[in-house]
Amino acid sequence: MDTNAAVKVKHLTVSYHNKPVLWDVNVDIPAGVMAGIVGPNGAGKSTLIKSLLGLVPPLSGSVSFHGQTYKAQRKRIGYVPQRSSVDWDFPTTVLDVVMMGLYGRLGWIKRPGRKERHESLEALDMVGMHDFAGRQISQLSGGQQQRVFLARALVQQADIYFLDEPMAGVDATTERAIIDILCRLRDAGKTLIVVHHDLQTVQSYFDWLLMLNVQVIGAGPVNEIFTGENLKRAYGGQIALLNEDNVLNTNNAPAFTALERAE
Amino acid sequence: MSWLTILGDYTFQNVVMGAAFLGIISGALGSFAVLRGQSLLGDAISHAALPGVCLGFIVAGSRNMGSIIIGAAITGGLAALLMLALTRMSRLKTDAALGSCLSIFFAIGVVLLTYIQGTENASQGGLDAFLFGQAAATLRSDVWIMGGITFVALAILAALWKQAKLVTFDAEFARTLGMPVTLIEVLLTTMITLAVVVGLQMVGVVLMAAMIVAPAVAARQWSRHLGGMVMIAALVGVISGISGATLSTLGRGLATGPLIILSASAIVLVSLAIAPGRGILWEVLRLARQRWSLQKRQILYVLYQTRLEQDESERSPWLSRSALTAFALYRLKRQGLLTSFRNAAALGKSARQWRLTPSGVRQAQQITATFNIPQHG
Amino acid sequence: MLEAFFNNAELQIMLVGAMVGTASSLVGTFLVLRGNSMLSDAISHSIVFGIVVVWLLTHHQSGPVQLIGAALTGLLTVFLTELLASTRRMKQDAAIGLVFPALFSIGVLLLNVYANDVHIDTHTVLLGEIGFVWLDTVEVLGYHVPQAVVSMTIMLTLNLIFVGAFFKELKLSTFDPALAKALGFAPGVLFYALLMLTSSTAVAAFDAVGAVLFIAFAIVPPAAAYLLTDRVWLMLALGTLISTAASVSGYYIAVQWDVSIGGMMAVMTGVFLLLAFIAGPRYGIISQRLRRHRARGLAAG
Repeated sequence: MDTNAAVKVKHLTVSYHNKPVLWDVNVDIPAGVMAGIVGPNGAGKSTLIKSLLGLVPPLSGSVSFHGQTYKAQRKRIGYVPQRSSVDWDFPTTVLDVVMMGLYGRLGWIKRPGRKERHESLEALDMVGMHDFAGRQISQLSGGQQQRVFLARALVQQADIYFLDEPMAGVDATTERAIIDILCRLRDAGKTLIVVHHDLQTVQSYFDWLLMLNVQVIGAGPVNEIFTGENLKRAYGGQIALLNEDNVLNTNNAPAFTALERAE
Repeated sequence: MSWLTILGDYTFQNVVMGAAFLGIISGALGSFAVLRGQSLLGDAISHAALPGVCLGFIVAGSRNMGSIIIGAAITGGLAALLMLALTRMSRLKTDAALGSCLSIFFAIGVVLLTYIQGTENASQGGLDAFLFGQAAATLRSDVWIMGGITFVALAILAALWKQAKLVTFDAEFARTLGMPVTLIEVLLTTMITLAVVVGLQMVGVVLMAAMIVAPAVAARQWSRHLGGMVMIAALVGVISGISGATLSTLGRGLATGPLIILSASAIVLVSLAIAPGRGILWEVLRLARQRWSLQKRQILYVLYQTRLEQDESERSPWLSRSALTAFALYRLKRQGLLTSFRNAAALGKSARQWRLTPSGVRQAQQITATFNIPQHG
Repeated sequence: MLEAFFNNAELQIMLVGAMVGTASSLVGTFLVLRGNSMLSDAISHSIVFGIVVVWLLTHHQSGPVQLIGAALTGLLTVFLTELLASTRRMKQDAAIGLVFPALFSIGVLLLNVYANDVHIDTHTVLLGEIGFVWLDTVEVLGYHVPQAVVSMTIMLTLNLIFVGAFFKELKLSTFDPALAKALGFAPGVLFYALLMLTSSTAVAAFDAVGAVLFIAFAIVPPAAAYLLTDRVWLMLALGTLISTAASVSGYYIAVQWDVSIGGMMAVMTGVFLLLAFIAGPRYGIISQRLRRHRARGLAAG
């Protein structure tokens, strides 16, 4: 077992309405890598991140971050959720959203002050949004929204960052800018774990890869894992969570339907 | 009171007929409201009818069912339109727009009421009747008016059935077919006003919301087709109405409105529970079976993997410590697939460890064999 | 001097109105932001059930025990609503429309059966009577203070403390519940605490303005403020300002026209909403049109 693992996942099983979304996931993500998580729709990628962060309760399994529980390491972990998870009509400014990233550090009741404001402005600077600090968030484009979310995670100065589809619906310039920032973080020794949807860019963006389809298809350095055979196993013609009626290719049936037939 | 006396009673007949008409119209129109995500529209419109009722009273000079109904329909419809305007032309969301229209119109009504009564306080009589309904005061002429409105509403619905159906399910597509979607949406929305107006007399403002929602929700459990749903909703409405009316007469002193609503609610609960296919009881059983199956496979599988890995230090910490897991472990033991033993080295709860029996191993191997994906160590 | 203050009916009425408005809009702001405005409607109706039950058990029509009973009823209402919605057989607003009428009905029937001859004035519960608020007094430190002022002071203080202390937590939980949960602030618990305060505020407000007018104060000033500002704290401030303005103006107009004071206060909140909707500097219809006109002019020119 890799003792340098930033994230250690053991026997993680998560079910949704009694169907397994993640089945016995075991993976050790090493520290200081840019890790990508790929897989077809419904494969459980978002669910994996959410259950690691305690947002979704698992059926079983354990997770440790540098050897400790999430609650103990909360302050060292940053989270960039999907853009759609938030109401962008909410009356608040860009700067305010970034400052929310510091609420965890402040704890209950204590208010953000000048120090927090300064740090937030710095984070905005890093993502190139410094001039937008006073802007209402509903006036932002998709790419700008994503950058604000990124700044919010950066301001936490975490060691491990989880990003859920940060490139989704974002223009090319923003995508390059985001990858740039992530690389800089990785070079500074942080661990980046990114749910990614675009197979074209996997090999150029990531140095470590987890291929997931309810189960782990493969995990390790990207060139080892990103192979034709693994891709076929992961994406092989159907999506996860189908029932028997919809299985097209019984030889490559995803784990779940195979389990059902085993009964 | 013999049954014949009851059935022959003038008031009873009026209340039952009125309640039946109410059931039909609110079931039918409510189905569309619920399907379109406008369940609480009935609530808002019924509260907004108060100023209309007062205006009708002012204009007619006395309690005249006709002018009151027209007044209620006008202000109710206005409130619905204002709600639509607020949501379309500003960043206010539906819930805030509904709540605002509801309370402001009602407040205007309260002001008008006190103006009518020439006093500073909204006193009894008129308002109580409006709030709680006064089913017992229903005249035969009122019943015919209710029947007439119900008939008109059903006629409109029947005439525009195809359009209403399509607009409810796929407004975008309807637009591509050239249908006047906005017009139909406005029509469907304001038609709820008709149902409300019929219901004000019977169940009053507060409970009108339930008359729109309950029959539709109950019907949804039994039917997957819009036509079926509408008819069952109307039926549920009628049954609730008649039950409520009857219970109220038998109960002497029990208000009619609440009894109608509770009858409808009871039907909803029963439908939720036992409707074939969708019923919760069926689902609970199905889920319990699935959960057990999943847990069993999972426990056997994980124990088997651990055994293969020969990792003595990691017995069963990864199994969630819930009562369900404990129960599952116990069941597997009863089935002869697991045994438990005490680990003298460990303390407290983790002292009890679990191990696969030979038959447990065989089952676990079967489960593993179904995977064609080699496990990454 | 204080004696004179408490004996001044006019002042008492306006004071109670302003307090109801402020206390309600403080909690109402977060309900509006969450998209749960109609829960205030549901709670203020189902509370009749709570009031009747508490009365049957304790024979108290008002006071702290009713405040607690209201908080519990509010919890019950929301709990049942979420339970129904979680069956996935209906949407959340349908669940709301089922639960509160049922509870209300049970409350009314209980009244019919057990309290037919006793004085629980249901119409007062639903409409309140702010004009008489200054008559029903209790003794506090030697002064005769209207009961409504006492209850509203308690609720206003509680709401101020809650919103003040947990401002950033409430803001975060409303805007991004997932992050709130990940950072360790329990958004679910905060929400239920907010609801309990809403329910208690509703019952405290009943004496004064009644159930349905409470809804007006909980939803309309925050809605108006939402159209006027982009900062949550300003929304709270503006909501308070609008409520107070509505109370004062509502009182004077009501006295002029000899109509319901509580009703008029609520109508005034609507007037302010209309003003914000039409003439709001940033989001009003007029400025939206002007901006579009200007943009078109720029594009053409």
